[in-house]
Amino acid sequence: MSARDHEKPARPGDHKVPEAPAAPDYTPGVDIIHQVWNTPYVYGDLTFIQAMGTPRGAYTARIGSLDELMELDKKREEDGFPRKIRIGKLVKPGRGGHQKVIVVPTTVEEKFVHDPNFKQDEEGGGAGGSGDGAEGEVIGEQPVRPQEGEGEGTGPGQGEGGPHEMESNAYDLGKILTEQFSLPNLRDKGKKRSLTKYTYDLTDRNRGFGQLLDKKATLRQVVETNINLGRIDPARDIDTSEFLVAPRDRIYRILSREKDFESQAVVFFLRDYSGSMSGKPTEVVVSQHVMIYSWILYQYAGQVESRFILHDTEAKEVDDFYTYYNSRVAGGTKVATAFRLVNEIVQQENLARDYNIYVFHGTDGDDWDTEGKESIPEIEQMMTYAARIGVTIAENSYGTPGETEVEKYLKGSGLLEKKKNLIRLDVMSESAEEPRIIQGIKNLISE
Amino acid sequence: MQLIDQHTKAIMEGCKERARDVGLSFDDESLEYVVTNRDMLELSPKVMIPTMYDYWVHDVEVLQGKGKYELYPSNPFETVINTRPAISFYNDNNPDWLNVMIFYHVIGHIDFFQNNLYFKHTWDDDFAGQALADKRTIARLRSEKGRWVDYVIEFARSLDNQVDYHGVLADQHRPARNSLPARVDYYFDVFLQDEQQVRVNEYVQEIERYNKCVRENPQGGEDEFFQPILNQHPEFAAMFEKEGGGRRERGRDLLQFLIDHSDFLDRDENKWMKTILQIVRKTSLYFQPQIRTKIMNEGWASYWHETLFMRDDRIGGHEVDFARVNSAVTSMPRVGLNPYALGMRLFYFIEEAADKGRYSQQFLSLLDRDQRRKFDQGTGTGQDFIFAVRENLNDFLFVNNFIEQDFVTRNKLFVADKVLDEQRMVWQWYVKSRSADDYKAMVKEQLYHPPHITIDLDQTGNDALFLVHHFEGKPLVKEFIHNTLLGTEFLWGRKVMLETTEVKSIKKPDAQQPVLPGMGPIPDHEAEPEIEWQRVRYTMKDRKLSKGLV
Repeated sequence: MSARDHEKPARPGDHKVPEAPAAPDYTPGVDIIHQVWNTPYVYGDLTFIQAMGTPRGAYTARIGSLDELMELDKKREEDGFPRKIRIGKLVKPGRGGHQKVIVVPTTVEEKFVHDPNFKQDEEGGGAGGSGDGAEGEVIGEQPVRPQEGEGEGTGPGQGEGGPHEMESNAYDLGKILTEQFSLPNLRDKGKKRSLTKYTYDLTDRNRGFGQLLDKKATLRQVVETNINLGRIDPARDIDTSEFLVAPRDRIYRILSREKDFESQAVVFFLRDYSGSMSGKPTEVVVSQHVMIYSWILYQYAGQVESRFILHDTEAKEVDDFYTYYNSRVAGGTKVATAFRLVNEIVQQENLARDYNIYVFHGTDGDDWDTEGKESIPEIEQMMTYAARIGVTIAENSYGTPGETEVEKYLKGSGLLEKKKNLIRLDVMSESAEEPRIIQGIKNLISE
Repeated sequence: MQLIDQHTKAIMEGCKERARDVGLSFDDESLEYVVTNRDMLELSPKVMIPTMYDYWVHDVEVLQGKGKYELYPSNPFETVINTRPAISFYNDNNPDWLNVMIFYHVIGHIDFFQNNLYFKHTWDDDFAGQALADKRTIARLRSEKGRWVDYVIEFARSLDNQVDYHGVLADQHRPARNSLPARVDYYFDVFLQDEQQVRVNEYVQEIERYNKCVRENPQGGEDEFFQPILNQHPEFAAMFEKEGGGRRERGRDLLQFLIDHSDFLDRDENKWMKTILQIVRKTSLYFQPQIRTKIMNEGWASYWHETLFMRDDRIGGHEVDFARVNSAVTSMPRVGLNPYALGMRLFYFIEEAADKGRYSQQFLSLLDRDQRRKFDQGTGTGQDFIFAVRENLNDFLFVNNFIEQDFVTRNKLFVADKVLDEQRMVWQWYVKSRSADDYKAMVKEQLYHPPHITIDLDQTGNDALFLVHHFEGKPLVKEFIHNTLLGTEFLWGRKVMLETTEVKSIKKPDAQQPVLPGMGPIPDHEAEPEIEWQRVRYTMKDRKLSKGLV
């Protein structure tokens, strides 16, 4: 289906990120298939024939605010019904350290419906197709991840409607998480430290003497004095040479000590980006990490620095969340490399002295280091300085639950019991939904 | 929202005339509105019904993906709605020639709405008007009951795919029974025999009295007969109503069942909830035929906009513009299922086949390919045939009856499937089958089909509501069961049980088939996972869900 340009889905405003992931190399001679709409019900006349785009506009036109919505949702709980609002897909913070998160309040109306993901037999499976090609012949390729500028799962001309998005900053999200989903407040913020530094600057003012004359302030003071003395008559032109200047009219800047707020916490986000993580495990881990990030940001009133580390068999630090979220590589997995890199960074930058340090690691549980011989010592070293280490395992659906390497060696090490206040493990399925992910955060950060 | 201008309206009226000439039939009146982005913001959450009741879920982004079209069986971007008069919506900057095409498309839809028998229950009323009344009712209730109105809407909507649409249709089409009024039936069959347990001679006396009343006063005789009964047994009317007012309970319509039989809803302080259940049920029934005729409806409209546009003398010079837009709408995608394209091609195919007399025993018994190809009796009844198809079938019957190998082969259709190339992170689509049976099965798989759940009338009583899911090879979405049953328990007032089938275990095939890049996968029939099923019973009691094996 060749969509006309103006039929292209309306993209949420904030997505224009210059470095879209590179498109895979396609095999010459086959079609590139961007999207497959195999349900007749996504097609609607207005979008399809009349090329009317999805209406643009925030849902706030109808709903007062996110707070109001959450307030109603809270009332449900009081009335004895489970909450319905999920805070939905959280789109990543922008580049350059902007703490921007798109909060999309979503909900679903539960009914008795057949499970669409369930496929019992081959009959009736697959999608419709037309054109040439013998049975068994590959006719097209479709990137697994949607490319920039293509929505996933939206109908022609955006049959499903663009998200009524709401921009909120990560701080607000942290607030919502803390208040509405009763995430615990941080009680013990780790070792007591001086959280401020002092710098000296010419910021204070003093009358009569000082290091630097503040001319503007002095002139103002001179005028004021002369008004008080009745030497200025507004009816006539003002002759400044007539002004009297008192010694105390001179205002100087003086050197003074200033509090300089520093970040109180550093959060390391670590993620396995090996081949096995692609798709759902990544979604789960990254969603959780955005929320943790937001929550810590709220807890520390914005004074948080975050560092992002990706690893497969090697670890590397990346600059921003976007890269963190979007990178992928096909390869093996060595969890220890990421932990080692954290230890190195902490040591080199001497972070342990001044910061509360949090380390969150997301993985699908695969590790070539099956017994944790390398990982466990690194973890033990991290525990000497970290306020909390949280390991999230998003289990692949094809594995046996509870049988991943990381889970086995962490449990085997006994650290989870012995150092319960320092390290936590949360294991969930790769298809975990938002309530479960939030529950996972509670598991990771509760006292 | 404003009406289209007189110039454009004149074009529409011209289209109507030309459409009538070829046999389409529809009401004279129709309303055409120009809609702006702002209008769409308000209309699309209300599935284009401007007067739809307000509900907060309409205002929140609804979670995408999972079973979306099963959950929301209506498309918020339709251009025409099935009201009286039919209302259609237009972009304000369509050129005239494009409006001609769209008008024909819209007329095709209106003709379909007003002639396809699956819509019969919507023919007598104007839904926009009803919806407006309902919207006001709900607004009034909301001012009295607050957020509890929204809870009841929510719970009712969670069951709105369990309305007995086919039962409603059957009642519409069943010839009026030539028997006694329901009240009389109830009085003689239930009230006298079961409730009063009168003796035979009293029973016979009553029959004679009835006959006498009706004989002497054919018009008001029945009321005259019931007058002394109502005086003597003031409870009669309530009992009759409670028994469903003479409706035979089929146990297939969950919402209606709750309205009729829930003690909780029958309490004075809760009676307002029934109004909401009625509104939700009626709204659901209104949308049912639309989703069940999507391929036909779009195919029919596309067939006619193409046919009529090309004949229209007013659009000279815009054939190329039309061709571009029309091909975008009606071309078959390389991979995917386009209802406009599929439906339209099927109508053309059926028309041609009927023109040649191929829907006959003679043709069906032909096996020789060459003879089949040449078969042409020149009956020329194609047009009549497709009009009959548009009147009598729905998507399932349309697809099931008419997708055949000749159709699949001629349109080069196939079933596609995909395998993951992990190295390059791409899905490779390949041709899986060119057999008509497979294609038909694939299309049928996509059709709207809510789970078949009935009320077990024997096991349902004062204690519990007992629901039975008739398993059709697909389990229910597990995550939704809790909240759906929670709402049902609220409306029923007592515990609710649901019997359904779930996966007990899946045996995975041993190893994944390696796929060589550039080559199709090797068919792997032995790699099918083996599934073992078990029958389970969910019980929702005091807002707690438990599950046990049956």
